Amino acid sequence: MADSASPGHSGDGETRRDFLFLAAGALGVVGTVAAVWPMIDSMNPAADVRALSSTELDLSPVEVGQRITVTWRGKPIYVDHRPQKEIDAARSVNIDELRDPQADEDRVQKAEWLIVIGICTHLGCLPKGQKVGDPRGEWGGWFCPCHGSHYDTSGRIRKGPAPLNLYVPPYEYLDDTLVRIG
Amino acid sequence: MKKLLTVAAAVLAFGTGAAQAAEGTALPEYHWSFNGIFGTFERPELQRGFQVYREVCSACHGLRLVAFRDLAALGYSADAIKALAADYTFKDGPNDQGEMYEREGRPSDHFPSPFPNEKAAAFANGGSAPPDLSLMAKARKGGPDYVRALLMGFEEAPAESHIPEGLYYNIYFPGHQIAMPPPLSADAVEYSDGTPATVEQMATDVAAFLMWAAEPTLEQRKEMGIKVLIFLLVFTGVLYAAKRKIWSDLH
Amino acid sequence: MSEFKSNNAVIKWIEYRMPIFSFLDDAIGRGYPTPRNLNYWWNFGSLAGVALVIMIATGIVLAMQYTPHATMAFDSIERIMRDVNYGWLLRYVHSNGGSFFFLVVYVHIFRGLYYGSYKEPRELLWILGVVILLLMMATAFMGYVLPWGQMSFWAATVITNLFSAIPVFGDQIVTWLWGGFSVANPTLNRFFSLHYLLPFVIVGVVVLHIWALHRFGSNNPIGIDAKGPQDKIPFHPYYTIKDAFGFGVFFIAFAAVIFYAPNLFGEPDNYVEANPLATPAHIVPEWYFLPYYAILRAIPNKLLGVVAMFGSILVYFILPWIDRSPVRSARFRPIYKQFFWIFVADCVLLGYVGANPPEGNFLLIGRLATAYYFLHFVIMFILSYVERPRPLPSSISEPVLKGGAAAAGAAAKPMEKA
Repeated sequence: MADSASPGHSGDGETRRDFLFLAAGALGVVGTVAAVWPMIDSMNPAADVRALSSTELDLSPVEVGQRITVTWRGKPIYVDHRPQKEIDAARSVNIDELRDPQADEDRVQKAEWLIVIGICTHLGCLPKGQKVGDPRGEWGGWFCPCHGSHYDTSGRIRKGPAPLNLYVPPYEYLDDTLVRIG
Repeated sequence: MKKLLTVAAAVLAFGTGAAQAAEGTALPEYHWSFNGIFGTFERPELQRGFQVYREVCSACHGLRLVAFRDLAALGYSADAIKALAADYTFKDGPNDQGEMYEREGRPSDHFPSPFPNEKAAAFANGGSAPPDLSLMAKARKGGPDYVRALLMGFEEAPAESHIPEGLYYNIYFPGHQIAMPPPLSADAVEYSDGTPATVEQMATDVAAFLMWAAEPTLEQRKEMGIKVLIFLLVFTGVLYAAKRKIWSDLH
Repeated sequence: MSEFKSNNAVIKWIEYRMPIFSFLDDAIGRGYPTPRNLNYWWNFGSLAGVALVIMIATGIVLAMQYTPHATMAFDSIERIMRDVNYGWLLRYVHSNGGSFFFLVVYVHIFRGLYYGSYKEPRELLWILGVVILLLMMATAFMGYVLPWGQMSFWAATVITNLFSAIPVFGDQIVTWLWGGFSVANPTLNRFFSLHYLLPFVIVGVVVLHIWALHRFGSNNPIGIDAKGPQDKIPFHPYYTIKDAFGFGVFFIAFAAVIFYAPNLFGEPDNYVEANPLATPAHIVPEWYFLPYYAILRAIPNKLLGVVAMFGSILVYFILPWIDRSPVRSARFRPIYKQFFWIFVADCVLLGYVGANPPEGNFLLIGRLATAYYFLHFVIMFILSYVERPRPLPSSISEPVLKGGAAAAGAAAKPMEKA
């Protein structure tokens, strides 16, 4: 009946056979990964989303003492044109007493412009303080109405359940009044 | 096996789209730089084509699927694109007062349409809205060959045909009566690279540009294709050898 | 009892609690004996499975980026083509994958017709296959509507309008299908929902299809049942490697189309956004629907045209009872073999007719080809009684043997199904 003994059963034949199967298996793995990768990468931000990954902001219309809110990557950005009083208040703090110790100088590039992400680091509500008449909390910065977090004029957490200071987004000044966020 | 091949050939013959009832004349074929397995776009050609689009076509035709930032593929710098975008104004808003306002274009914006809506476009153009050109090179049988031929195909109507007012005779347009007046004439555009702007040159350039606009990923596709096919040929060869090896002990 | 054994502790632990390894081994491993003489026409079942997996995988990622609303669908697909990382690749794989899926399935079906794979005891296997085909057609039809191009819209309009041919309730049914008074956004939305759903229904029916297959195992090119273990070989490694090679060939053809002719099977008109007020000059479905389209248009009466179109597929459900020849394989049925190839040519001809406007010569040819299509089944019925088949070999292994055994095989009684 069918011949079950395979001819050419020498060691050489076996290594060649093993190489063949190894090559087939390896190429198969490579091919599968290469085929799956586009599917995974397609879920990464697309070109149109990446194009909106940075926003340019003209600061010149913002007066001293005025706060504005802009959107960046779907998040609110609080921009505060700080008067000298706010800057002084931010800098006359003992850093060690802060829950999230950070010097004001490390949180701003130009002292009179504070730029932070307006999302409370507790559970994600938007703290109040941007609009005229809003409560600003005990330190004159921002107050989160959801669970009572107080942020100071540098956006640092002073009281309440939030663990961290308001995040500072990456930004750079393109000139004196034009800043690119992201 | 012969039967299989005949069947396969027949399948491919009719599978490639609906057969053309005798409309339109046979297109002159042109060998594009992007034809073939190794095809690529030629940046200078695309830039000239873009110039033609901007200076001639964009008066009536939109290109709304193309964003200004996409022009980086044509070789324009980020600053050039920013400046180009800023030439356009877009309506945005509402602002905090609840009003809509105008702002400068940004690279992330798309090319605007010259008319606010389809009806306005038709009204301003004798009842036929000029179509958006973003996909034109793929939306017509013959693709870029058709676009190029059409732009060169305006002629005096033959004596016996009666062309109604508002229509123009074109050899390649199905039915030969097109609502678009001949858009190109010699030197309609002054190319910055000094290429003479003949009708044929402009038609070719803008057709190439529109091919890019319709399929900006063409080059990546063909490049990937070569790598994939070589890999598959090797892989299939290895698999065949493995198959023969495994089956060899059965005979 | 499964022969699966392992020395691996983890495998043994799982196997004891959930015997999946022995299950798989018996299904596609060393524990599944398969006829030793299968030729490459038997690769197309696994190819269909691969195509289904590709369609589902690409479909799921595409659905993450697609917007099923009439005002945004077209643009969302262009966004996929231009902005989504590898979006163009996923889209072309999905749209061409549908064509390749049908190509592979049609070959698979014709293989079944040629070798009598639909005959006893595999009638239910065959019927499940026809169910899969119908589900594929519904899925493909609805999928084609989703880009909301001119062809998407008008094909949807034409085909849904057919249901108005149903007596008494026709118009109500069409309104119900549309969710309105014409093909519009409600139609698009529900087609998206069902297009996402049906492939998983197909997976379920494929499971049943394979279950039914494994009851008796595969048919084989000579159509004679295995007489003993000498006629069979384990599925793994013989057919796993042969199938893998088949995948390689398939992917080469597939890649050639995706990367170098991605719009080969498409209609340029579908790159124009749907316009309910402008009908394209020629409304054509995708190539795999062309034969049915030809049959539909061949018959001047609307209702009868619809009946004929569906009938052309439904006839396959009763095929095992139409063809009563005890001989399975066309290799031993010289007359049926001729008619088989004529039938294939007729189907291709119908496809060609379907691609053209129903005028002039095309109309006549289409009608003749339609008539012949149904006549073929009548011929099959008659042949099953009238045909004298060639002498059958006595077993699968017998043709392999040389010498005296071959003569003994030739003496086997004709008409013996064994």
